[in-house]
Amino acid sequence: MSNLIEIKGVTHAYRTKAGPLPVLDNLNVSVPEGEFCAVVGPSGCGKSTLTRLVAGLMKPDQGEVWLHGERVTSPRKTVGMAFQNPVLLEWRTILDNVILPLEIVAPRMPQRDREARAMHLLEMVGLKGFEGKRPSELSGGMRQRASLCRSIVHKPDVLIMDEPFGALDAFTREDLWQTMRDLRAAEPFTCVLITHDLRESVFLGDQVIVLSGRPARTQHVLRVDLPADRTIDSLYTPEAAEMLHLLRDQIRIAQGRDGEVH
Amino acid sequence: METLQKIAVPTLAILAFLGLWEFIVWVNDWPNYKMASPSDLPPAFARYSNLFIEMGWQTLWRTVAGLGLAVLFGTLLGMAMGFSRIARDALYPLLVGFNAIPKATLVPVIALIFIGQHDFNTVLMAFLISFFPIAVSVGIGLSTLEPEYRDILRSLGASRVTIFRKIALPKTLPEFFGALKVSVTLAFIGTNLVEIVSPHGRGLGALFKSGETNGDYPLMFAVLIALAVLGIVLYYAVVALERIFAGWAERPQS
Repeated sequence: MSNLIEIKGVTHAYRTKAGPLPVLDNLNVSVPEGEFCAVVGPSGCGKSTLTRLVAGLMKPDQGEVWLHGERVTSPRKTVGMAFQNPVLLEWRTILDNVILPLEIVAPRMPQRDREARAMHLLEMVGLKGFEGKRPSELSGGMRQRASLCRSIVHKPDVLIMDEPFGALDAFTREDLWQTMRDLRAAEPFTCVLITHDLRESVFLGDQVIVLSGRPARTQHVLRVDLPADRTIDSLYTPEAAEMLHLLRDQIRIAQGRDGEVH
Repeated sequence: METLQKIAVPTLAILAFLGLWEFIVWVNDWPNYKMASPSDLPPAFARYSNLFIEMGWQTLWRTVAGLGLAVLFGTLLGMAMGFSRIARDALYPLLVGFNAIPKATLVPVIALIFIGQHDFNTVLMAFLISFFPIAVSVGIGLSTLEPEYRDILRSLGASRVTIFRKIALPKTLPEFFGALKVSVTLAFIGTNLVEIVSPHGRGLGALFKSGETNGDYPLMFAVLIALAVLGIVLYYAVVALERIFAGWAERPQS
């Protein structure tokens, strides 16, 4: 099997007071090793459920999730997660926050090596000199950068991001897209990114998966044929415009508004 | 300059308060069996200095012991309520009901169950009156932990114990210390309640009672001042612990 992430026929429903609420319906996703997979779809279509399934935090009702040729039934140490809320621990310094996953995954690693690894990442995202600060002393964008460092400090095979840049202003967001691109160039990892931002999905993704409205199915898969060393300017090329237009149309279909005037 | 202001302002305020008190007693020409004045206090302290030290120590250790039990029991109860919905639903009405009982009514009940066990009764009352805020705040602190905090460690395969130790426990500390500041005052009230009410009591409460019995009003006022000083010491001991263990929650003043 050459795909690092393989989601096969996953169906899931939440049990609510009003009866079962189906969120995923026979979903199929394949992500080859080292690829960046952006997932877009209408609000509330089950995108976050997808991240929890891949992370092994929950089990699907039907279907299978495979990572590295192994079936996922529980959390595994080879996964990193980042959320919209940076969830940094306020009582730790930025450096100690980044080290946190190593304390769990590599309890025997010497503290000096942990710090060196964390400092290396902090330097890459432009947070050198802030390692001793508390999260409350940093801006939202800087906190999210620290959160990114934490999510990859233990060199996970898979990075799962659930709208990590959603709460940031437009320019900070573009800065972080470029940070993300540079991190990926320096430390290859396979990534699943949940986002609402189509430009983000095209800038970062190797493939963009459009999910249908709830319950979510794979509605469309777009290969992004832009060079790996993309810049923000790449988003203003005719090819990018065409892809964005196509994605916009797909979202409209997913929202069930195909017939509306647009 | 800033430290001078920090010390000078409260000192001046206390002196002004004492001056006003002395002035009111002097203007009204009250005898000291009606209202003692600050100038009556130093002789009272001097006359009974041995008793003040002995009784003050009694009150202090029993309050701290009761508070220690309250921290232990309150934290465990709070953990049960924070982690289990069933425990929360079961315990909450019981706790609220128990907390609603004015604790003075429990003094004779306890005194009857444990006759003559003065130390034990006093510690028990300090504990009973002060564990509630701790249990509630720890419970709320744990149950309102955002799921993402848990997920970042759970997705790495961390155990529940690790998640509690690395995240839930430190995150609850500011709430815990907020409650402890309330509890320390309550425990102090509990101790004095038993000391005053129970016969043949010991501690500052009993000293107050003996002042009343002997019509020694300056002594009673001197005990009140001693209680206030002890209360301040206990409160700031908690504040100091908070600085050490939860200082991160304090925002730098701008």
